[in-house]
Amino acid sequence: MLNKGIEFITKYEGPWAEESNLLVLPVGEWKVQRPVVKASKCCHCGTCYFFCPTGCIEDKGAYFEANLDYCKGCGVCAIECPATAIAMVREP
Amino acid sequence: MGEIKVLEGNETVAYAVKLCRPDVIAGYPITPMSSTWDYLFQFQADGLLNAEMVAVEGEHSSMSVLIGAAQAGGRTFTASSSQGLFFMYEAYVSASTLRLPVVMGIATREPQSPQGVTASDQDIIMAKEAGWIQIHVESCQEIMDTIIMAYRLAEDPEILVPVNVCYIGFYLTYLLEPVDIPEQEKVDQFLPPLKMSPRLDPLTPMTGHAYTTEVITTEYRCKHAAAMHRAKAKLDEIDREFQQAFGRSYGGQIEEYRCDDADIVLMTMGNCSGTAKVVVDQKRAEGLKVGLVKVRLFRPFPAERLISAVRGKKAIGVIDRNVLFGWNSGGLFVEAKAALCDLDTPIPMVNFIDGLSGIDITEDSIARAISITQSVAEGKPHKRVYWFSLE
Repeated sequence: MLNKGIEFITKYEGPWAEESNLLVLPVGEWKVQRPVVKASKCCHCGTCYFFCPTGCIEDKGAYFEANLDYCKGCGVCAIECPATAIAMVREP
Repeated sequence: MGEIKVLEGNETVAYAVKLCRPDVIAGYPITPMSSTWDYLFQFQADGLLNAEMVAVEGEHSSMSVLIGAAQAGGRTFTASSSQGLFFMYEAYVSASTLRLPVVMGIATREPQSPQGVTASDQDIIMAKEAGWIQIHVESCQEIMDTIIMAYRLAEDPEILVPVNVCYIGFYLTYLLEPVDIPEQEKVDQFLPPLKMSPRLDPLTPMTGHAYTTEVITTEYRCKHAAAMHRAKAKLDEIDREFQQAFGRSYGGQIEEYRCDDADIVLMTMGNCSGTAKVVVDQKRAEGLKVGLVKVRLFRPFPAERLISAVRGKKAIGVIDRNVLFGWNSGGLFVEAKAALCDLDTPIPMVNFIDGLSGIDITEDSIARAISITQSVAEGKPHKRVYWFSLE
């Protein structure tokens, strides 16, 4: 028997993961600027939601907003926003 | 017995794939496998193939499409060759390390440079450590039967490793041979629908390409290597089952031809094995006790079967249609050397590099290889590697 005596931690043969055991990095710590949404200008089109590379945009009902724990501050949402409702503000 | 038709290699691939009922096919044409797509798209247009056909903009995309399809539980197929395989390489490695049961035809070809579109095994030997299973075949019938077996092997829950069925470009892709096309019901019995678990499913969301480092990555590598090891005996088992169902067998990992009482053994891969069998018969008629080992499974390497086939022989000659640049030797020679180094009594081995860039591996060159191997068995001085057609 090959590799006898080895005990594995994961139950899958390949890198599958349920939500509970996903290895999630706190990439929010990386950012030097954060997106700030002006809710009154947001037309709720969802463009930022689809463009966000980390998928951290959350639907707040009337507007969208980034979850800052997972936002890397790349600014793609601010560039893409057709309503220019997102401003990138430098982190203190 | 099914229907017998005269088919070229690429058409045989298409017939075999159709019989396996894939869900998603994505591909991009490259000489010498391009006509595979002609036949497959024709089958789809005629309503004979119920698969999602994706005409992509390049090979990197074709494998990327199949990765998604396989993660969602689909049976998948693509084929490529040489530069196409290299262009695909990033996604190609993802498919194996994601442990997805993709089946892919490789019409093996000489890579560039120099400029040229010619036959050899060089492209796929260069990809030997990509984590894919590689099966090399000799004839159009073997293409047909091996593709059907390849799905069984790739999709086995104990294996889950993608499989390359490798047939030499030009020689086999355009060779017309009578091919027994198995009956659909018998293939359906032999190859039940794929049940992937886990798989991407909106009702039970999972991540299929999770961020993983250090110990867990080490664990996945260990599991992958173990699955490759299991694939060896599994292929033998599938070959036996195939014989019961369809009446044809290829020996699983290797085919031993007149090896039992042989003093010396020639080792080959792919289509030149057919010519080699003819020459072995001729030499046997002349009284020389020579046998042939045709290696079918190149990855994982069939070390155990090889050891039992050649133990006690006086010399082994290995014909390679490829070069490992770091060894000034062919790939099969280096692998066989590694596999046989643990024998108590080492067997002298000699390598012949032949058939590069479309050079025919003729009866004469195989006879020359056998005669050099015989002189090695007699203890005469010899070189480690002979570059046939240069010396």
